[in-house]
Amino acid sequence: MRKLTIPEEEYMLPGHTACLGCGAAIAMRYVLKALGKNTIISIPACCWAVIPGVYPRRTLKIPLLYTAFEVTGAAISGIREALNAMGKEDVNVVGFAGDGGTADIGIQALSGAVERGHNVFYIMYDNEAYMNTGIQRSGSTPMGAWTTTTPGGKKRMYKWEPKKDVAEIMVAHHIPYVATATIGYPEDLIAKIKRAKEINGPKFIQILSPCPTGWRHSPDKTVEISRLAVQTNIFPLYEVVNGTYRITVKPKNLKPIKEYLRLQGRFRHLTDEEIEMIQKHVDERWKELLKKERCSNEK
Amino acid sequence: MVRMILTGNESAAWGARLSKPKVVAAYPITPQTSIIETIAEFIANGEMGARYIRVESEHSAMAACIAAQNTGVRTFTATSAHGLTLMHELLIWASGARLPIVMSVVNRAMAPPWSVWTDQLDSMAQRDTGWIQIYSENNQEVLDSIIMSYKIGEKHHILLPTMIMEDAFILSHTAEAVEVPEQKLVDEFLGEYEPAFKLDPEDPGGFGSLIMPEGPYMEFRYKMALAMDEARNEIRKVSQEFGELFGRHYPGLLEEYRTDDADAIMVVLATIGSTAKDVVDIMREKGKKVGLARVRYFRPFPYEEMRELAKKTDMLGVVDRSHTFGYGANLYTETKGALYGHSSIPVKNYVMGLGGRDITPSVLEKVFDDMLKIAKEGQVDREIEWVGLKGDERWS
Amino acid sequence: MIILPEEPTPIAKVPSTENKTGGWRTFRPIIHYEKCIRCYICWKFCPEPAIEFDSPDAFPAPKPALAKFDTVKINYDYCKGCGICANECPVKAIEMVLEEMGGD
Repeated sequence: MRKLTIPEEEYMLPGHTACLGCGAAIAMRYVLKALGKNTIISIPACCWAVIPGVYPRRTLKIPLLYTAFEVTGAAISGIREALNAMGKEDVNVVGFAGDGGTADIGIQALSGAVERGHNVFYIMYDNEAYMNTGIQRSGSTPMGAWTTTTPGGKKRMYKWEPKKDVAEIMVAHHIPYVATATIGYPEDLIAKIKRAKEINGPKFIQILSPCPTGWRHSPDKTVEISRLAVQTNIFPLYEVVNGTYRITVKPKNLKPIKEYLRLQGRFRHLTDEEIEMIQKHVDERWKELLKKERCSNEK
Repeated sequence: MVRMILTGNESAAWGARLSKPKVVAAYPITPQTSIIETIAEFIANGEMGARYIRVESEHSAMAACIAAQNTGVRTFTATSAHGLTLMHELLIWASGARLPIVMSVVNRAMAPPWSVWTDQLDSMAQRDTGWIQIYSENNQEVLDSIIMSYKIGEKHHILLPTMIMEDAFILSHTAEAVEVPEQKLVDEFLGEYEPAFKLDPEDPGGFGSLIMPEGPYMEFRYKMALAMDEARNEIRKVSQEFGELFGRHYPGLLEEYRTDDADAIMVVLATIGSTAKDVVDIMREKGKKVGLARVRYFRPFPYEEMRELAKKTDMLGVVDRSHTFGYGANLYTETKGALYGHSSIPVKNYVMGLGGRDITPSVLEKVFDDMLKIAKEGQVDREIEWVGLKGDERWS
Repeated sequence: MIILPEEPTPIAKVPSTENKTGGWRTFRPIIHYEKCIRCYICWKFCPEPAIEFDSPDAFPAPKPALAKFDTVKINYDYCKGCGICANECPVKAIEMVLEEMGGD
């Protein structure tokens, strides 16, 4: 006898080649638990293009179509329409792409796919930089972060532009389901995918997936950091169902952003003033989100 | 069979309709648009059962076709020039994934400067993508080639995608009488699509995963090379089967016209063939023994046919409607490559008609005269010559 | 004799479980069963997954009320030693111990 809070069945096998403590591996494990066997997944160039291992090995118990970096949106459109043409409307079709493949190079195909309204899931596993190629800055890299293309030097650099808000870009497409999730809250993540499963149309879920290798944190802290991202409001968990916002986890004891930043080497260089600036940015975004939740529920 | 007056683009749309693809993914570009508009009308009228994905780019068009075909259905798309070159990455993906996608390509010049008229650089630049490439001479050939391409590509020992070229405006927007075959006959010819593999939750596999240098990457590429070589036989076989069933006979990879006793033979692609055939007749009437060879399939290249051709004559003049910048144009270098060690007759490259400039019978007549002079002298004056440049009095 | 794959394009079908990633490990998680409350949080967060269920009586329970619940055990063939389980364990029942040199 056992009491489990997430589905027991595994669709991801061990023996894969993800780094120690990989958040993206945990994200995949949860997504597949929520979706089940009757699912086809498409993965572009990203960490997950190498995690399943070298041919002929496979780590997923579902069919997987690799595709080029920038076309996940188009690939899942093609799979969906082919399945429908074959009368297989019941098979889940999932795009599973990193933040570079989603926020940057793949945003056109993603925008096209969701605008056309295909019945697909698009999962953006967000590790906030090009991790598979060695930690280069993406549009989804947060303010203040070190990456190998935003290093610190004699002339100070790092990334100072705000993180591109892909979930909000998706909301602007007026699709039926948009959500954020993170691996530190598995029950919330799985519940969102299960809710999305009931909706016919494009579904977008952004999963914050800490990366020990790129974020420069100890691999045992992956889940803890994921939780801190929510508890400090830097990555709020919410869903937007047909335009109506709902914040799914509201931190009871809000923590200062410093607690999140100090566990990660990519933020080690930050001065007190810079941390203060990031805190201000986080506070403002949180207020905006609360306002959206309030306003969208008024209608 | 029905006789209709169709443009090249309408013929392409009819070829697609009769082949019954389940998914069409396409993006508009001049001068391809009337292909996908005609298909949209077929679908809107319930005359074609395909699902139509109106993608946001050609790049996504090919990606969607790849994914749909890998899921287990027949697909079709169409493009031109910048759309085709935008697809480049995924063209290589499609053939490497061994998916027999069929695509119409309207040959159009590449910018800059902007030009929507015919020129073959767009498809020549895709030579190495692993696609079967066929150039059409007329609208009937456009329609028939699409049907034959599904048959050839889908054979499990071939499994290669095909692009069917038509010259912009000269075919794409010019109407002529086309015989449209009966649906029943096409169904009989093609049969149901039987994918060699597919994405299937009942039999899960990973398509396209990482292979290390010691893994079979090279062996998979070798299998693809063998398939492309084998496609030569399949093209010959299917052309014959098509002729028997539909009554229209295509000469495999290379078409010859009055070559048997020719002193010089012009080698061309696409619609230049029909103009040149007329010019051959005119020249013959004047007692000038010239002939024509029209390369239908540029990939796989008809190197054996080319060697046989060289045995019949004293000189080959190769006409290219594109250039490679740095040496001769593609049809020329391929022809010379095929002949090396097999023939020592002179071969000259004539580059003409770029950006849609008209290739007139009078220019071709001058080229034939130049070829006959070379045939007589036994050597070329220059290897590569641009024909019809402004101010060049040799050709005006 | 040239050896060619049978399939036309690579289709990966061999389970990754043949790849024993346990060799990557520097630290080995050890479960102290006398502390384990059988909450399955370690199982829930494992990125491999390399934590399996075992029968309730496979290991002694810290108190009788827990004895009916299944136990967990670590599959050292695959555990890479990231330490998430130890970090997340609410009763600190998992200890990370440096692997001995030359061990597997």
